Amino acid sequence: MLSATVAIVVLAAAVPLARWALIDAVWTGTADDCRAATGACWAFVAHKLGFIVFGLYPPAERWRAAVALTVLAGLIVSTALPRFWRRRTLTGWAVGLTMGFWLMHGGLGLARVPTRLWGGLPITLMLTTLALALGFPLGVLLALGRRSRLPVPRTLATTFVEVVRGVPLIAVLYVAALVIPFAMPRGLEIDKLFLAQCAIVVFASAYLAEAVRSGLQIVPRRQYDAARALGLSAWQVHRLVILPQALRVVVPSFVSIAVGFFQDTSLVVIIALFDLLNTARFAAQDPAWLGFHAEAYVFVGLIYFAGSTLMSQYGLWVERYLRAGPAGAQASRQGRIRNDNT
Amino acid sequence: MRRRSVAAQGIALGVTAIIVWWLARNTTATLDQHGISLGFGFLRQPANFEIGDAPIAYSPADSFVRAILVGLANTARVSVLGWVFAVLLGFVLGVLRLAPNSAVRGVARTVVELVRNVPLLLLLFFLIAAMHALPPTRAALELLPGVFISDRGLVLPSVDLRAWSIDRPHLVGFNFVGGLTISPELTALLAGLVLHHAAHISEVVRGAVIAVSQRQRDAASALGMSRAQVMRFVVIPQALRAMVPLLATNCVSLTKNSSLAVAIGFPDFVSILNTTANQTGHAIETMLIMIVVYLTLSLGVAGAMNAYNRRLLRPGA
Repeated sequence: MLSATVAIVVLAAAVPLARWALIDAVWTGTADDCRAATGACWAFVAHKLGFIVFGLYPPAERWRAAVALTVLAGLIVSTALPRFWRRRTLTGWAVGLTMGFWLMHGGLGLARVPTRLWGGLPITLMLTTLALALGFPLGVLLALGRRSRLPVPRTLATTFVEVVRGVPLIAVLYVAALVIPFAMPRGLEIDKLFLAQCAIVVFASAYLAEAVRSGLQIVPRRQYDAARALGLSAWQVHRLVILPQALRVVVPSFVSIAVGFFQDTSLVVIIALFDLLNTARFAAQDPAWLGFHAEAYVFVGLIYFAGSTLMSQYGLWVERYLRAGPAGAQASRQGRIRNDNT
Repeated sequence: MRRRSVAAQGIALGVTAIIVWWLARNTTATLDQHGISLGFGFLRQPANFEIGDAPIAYSPADSFVRAILVGLANTARVSVLGWVFAVLLGFVLGVLRLAPNSAVRGVARTVVELVRNVPLLLLLFFLIAAMHALPPTRAALELLPGVFISDRGLVLPSVDLRAWSIDRPHLVGFNFVGGLTISPELTALLAGLVLHHAAHISEVVRGAVIAVSQRQRDAASALGMSRAQVMRFVVIPQALRAMVPLLATNCVSLTKNSSLAVAIGFPDFVSILNTTANQTGHAIETMLIMIVVYLTLSLGVAGAMNAYNRRLLRPGA
């Protein structure tokens, strides 16, 4: 009975939605064709696709942004696979990032494209990836600093983490965009995209630091003492004994931080950078195609949704993998191993 | 060992001091060059800008201090309304996600997943575009009896405390008379914040309820309690304690996220500080005000939560 009522309510919402999005939608044509129809105007998204995905990047050079995007996506996907969890992957990242930067920026035979023309999905992905990749080592250092017995690193790390976590990301972005230029030597103009990236790295490092610290808390102090008694140096103890255990525990919080930052990079809109969300908003403001906000936002919404969902699912898988190894991850997915917590 | 660590700390402190000194020196040089002097004196000057949505009396002739207070009042207004509705909706969604009926669970889960997996800012842009696309006031949609929504915002019936009567809005010409009007920006901001945080709070609620062990439920059922009684007397009291710190974190983050108001044109605290910085060039001072206010709030709530946890851990509590 209840199920039937719910089904009716769901249908009452889903049918008009399906009519708008699929049945009555306009897939090709002009703005006038869309205005004549009652459904969604996907023709608008198709027409603006290049701009939404690549922003103001010169259309003739968009292939470069596309290749850079593919390289970055390839690096992310391969790093997610356990078979690439080795030192050589770092070299891959160094090579890939250098190549991506060269493709985007130009020089050495390619036309220069200033960063104010960069935009769309490459920017969103770059801001997210570098925030996590650079924020992570910083976060580990901050977490270790905060737990240190020495007063100076402890105070510095604690102050930094608490201040950054206490303010909204917008405040950090404003400080980066409005205050930092004041504090630079005369004549030195710093790239706005670079400043935004630094702000997001700083912000991410504070949140990652708290996650790492909660992981460090589960490793008993006596393990530290035991490892020191075996003659390991303080760094060796952390690298070989403490961190491997601590980092394993905090994988779930890393994943939710990663998803959060993937979404929060959209705040660079505030300082007028063209990330994926801002290109969509800008596209919807074109006077020739007025009135198709919903289509633009649904389209980029789907990209964000797909990215976030993939990350969350990967997080669940990697958690099982780390707990039980390759065979265990397979088995528990098939339901043969039951977990007490779930 | 001891001497080495003292030396290392001294070096760390020295390097930090040198960086701070370098930044400060550059800042003074730049400020001199632009002819700006540091200080909060500018706050007494007239602000000279309009504020669309002012809960306290304000005119452009008022000082920057007054303008910033208007922003602060707006942030407080959004926060308090946001906390109440987000917690209520979050509880409802969290309980629905644990409902015995799988269709109900499925619907609640879909809503939560949809909201959680798109950026809050996208939600806000979508909602403000939707508000502007609504019909004009004379063709306003009546959502509930006495509740109207149009491109000019949301109109609600209001309670007249002196006459003890409900003031229902009605259309006169092109405008509504009576009732309480909420601007489109505030409507979109509140709706977005409430949806986003309710989705997150529903996860907290669900997690806290699941964390109460099955054995306790079984024991309570064995004592003859009904399902509702088990929830009311055994599960909820324990779940609530586990939830409080996470709910508080969520409420603080709602207040921090309300700063996204600047992107959709609602004059909150951050938005007014940004206007002030752009008009006066006193970016450093305004950012300092922003940081101090937010830090006070975050650290205050963190302190209260620590006190709460200590009280819970005290024997006999």
